[in-house]
Amino acid sequence: MSALVVCEDIWKIYRLGDVEVQALRGIDVMIQEGEFVAIMGASGSGKSTLMNILGCLDQPTRGRYLLRGVDVAQLGANQLAEIRNRQIGFVFQNFNLIPRTSALENVQLPLFYRGMPLRQQRALAAEALARVGLQGRESHYPSQLSGGQQQRVAIARALVASPSLLLADEPTGNLDSTSSQEIMDILTRLNKEQGMTIILVTHEIDIAAYAKRELVLKDGRLVTDRYLAPGVPSLSVETT
Amino acid sequence: MTIFLWLTALNAVRVLSRNRLRTGLTMLGIVVGVGAVIAMVSIGEGAKTAVAERVASMGTNVILILPGAVTTSGVRGGQGGTVTLTTADAVELKKRVPLLRETGWARRDVMQVVNGHKNWNTTVNGISPSYLSIRGWSFVSGGPFTQQDLETAARVAVLGQTAVDNLFEPGEEPVGATIRINHVPFRVIGVLAPKGQSAEGLDQDDVIFIPFTTAERKVFGTRFFGAVGALFASTERPEDLDQAVAEIREVLRQRHRLQPNQDDDFIIRTQVDIGKVHEETGQTLTIMLLAIAAVSLVVGGIGIMNILLVSVTERTKEIGVRMVVGATRRQILLQFLVEAVTLSMIGGCLGIVVGILGAQATTTLAGWPTIISLETVVAAFAFSMAVGLFFGLYPANKAAWLNPIDALRYE
Repeated sequence: MSALVVCEDIWKIYRLGDVEVQALRGIDVMIQEGEFVAIMGASGSGKSTLMNILGCLDQPTRGRYLLRGVDVAQLGANQLAEIRNRQIGFVFQNFNLIPRTSALENVQLPLFYRGMPLRQQRALAAEALARVGLQGRESHYPSQLSGGQQQRVAIARALVASPSLLLADEPTGNLDSTSSQEIMDILTRLNKEQGMTIILVTHEIDIAAYAKRELVLKDGRLVTDRYLAPGVPSLSVETT
Repeated sequence: MTIFLWLTALNAVRVLSRNRLRTGLTMLGIVVGVGAVIAMVSIGEGAKTAVAERVASMGTNVILILPGAVTTSGVRGGQGGTVTLTTADAVELKKRVPLLRETGWARRDVMQVVNGHKNWNTTVNGISPSYLSIRGWSFVSGGPFTQQDLETAARVAVLGQTAVDNLFEPGEEPVGATIRINHVPFRVIGVLAPKGQSAEGLDQDDVIFIPFTTAERKVFGTRFFGAVGALFASTERPEDLDQAVAEIREVLRQRHRLQPNQDDDFIIRTQVDIGKVHEETGQTLTIMLLAIAAVSLVVGGIGIMNILLVSVTERTKEIGVRMVVGATRRQILLQFLVEAVTLSMIGGCLGIVVGILGAQATTTLAGWPTIISLETVVAAFAFSMAVGLFFGLYPANKAAWLNPIDALRYE
């Protein structure tokens, strides 16, 4: 069985006027289905750039990115949108829910762009909200929900499309420790019980500790790639 | 895709209802524009129909022959300066131009008419009996005079409604009464149904008709017997008018012994010619009003574009999120376009209501006739949609081509 994610010598080079910025300098990595990977690194290390490429929001300047064996670099904008819609779920630091739109409708969004019948959209969205423990909050607006709850809505939105890959970009960055714990528990459970492949970007060691594998980026290069010993989450207990 | 479109429309309505004041103000331009188009066109149509009715009140397929300019030894007399047409011309035309259904003649003068202690100055027409049927006059009481009345120069008169109103008390029966025209007593034998204003805006009902022979012998006097003010003729079918005019011209030139190098000493006008002149005036007016209304629609469209541009900027982040969850550029484009079109369509509907109310108010307040046609309403609505589509395209395109990464980062 082939790997879910294969990165082969990925480079990303920006041009800012005359200055050439090499955000990624040859990333080689392979992620199997069912893995829980944390990407760490200081700001400017290229982890956001890598995240955008893995999420098909951006394409590498050089190198190949295979998602389920498909070379993403060869795809057009519409096909990328299709991949984001069906294969990838995003969770962001600042939740990125659509304001003045109910939790249910926020979760429906990926299904809406598939042109799914409204009734089916609602049923699936309600189910996804229930999975993150938000049944009964369907009609709440984001402004009526706490940060933790908003992030759970965002996770439900990422899950509703049954993606093969969940990308979480600093998902606990704006949350207090209790909410962070809740979110990480949900992600861990998803990975453990449903075999969801999760890639988590963070700069917090205790959050990264929930993952089974750790990638560390520095100046656009992968400097560490190691599997974490089980039971390490106890680290978070020490810090709280 | 159809499901998506439908859901998008629903979504657009919701987005628009979120900020009602802004939506209302944005729509105002379209409302005023569509309202203006409908009101203006219905006023124009109303005016056109009124003119057409007046032209039709001349009769059907009428040909009018007026005396023209006569040139004597190089001196060109003005139009109507000389009497050139006679009753004999009319009789001869009827004989020699088979296309003509009827020919008639008339001569008129303004005279004082007296009934008891009331008097009134009105146009007295000496006419052939055929004149009334050519011009399409009908009677509300009594009837027309006959060929015999014409031959015996009978002192009988037929009155128009305005003349009746000014000469008789309300409720008094004019038929059978005796009036005096220029001191000559006449028996009233008929009252005509009102026709209203002529195409020139004159009151056609302010008139009295008497037999032509009576007029020239007993009332007007004449330079020579048979001299008329104008000849009238009619054809069976409107398409015969041109041919009939050509033949009339031929006969009259022959009868008047005009050399090929001489101008006609008469002028022939058909109802169609007269109608055309008025139609063109009406058309110019309608086009002008429409242009004004169209400008306001365009201004309304620019308002929509402006607000949508603001909306795209405000919702940059939201657009980014939508792209992240898999919206294609086309879907984003469609979403904003649908919003623009929904906005302009709701505005268009309100505009239709405003336009119809405006047209009705014009009729009630100013007394102008207005006609609201389904075509106008449909066209105005379609145009408002097109305005939404056109002015929505730029902002929608701007939204669709945002870079999702930049859009997400936008604060």
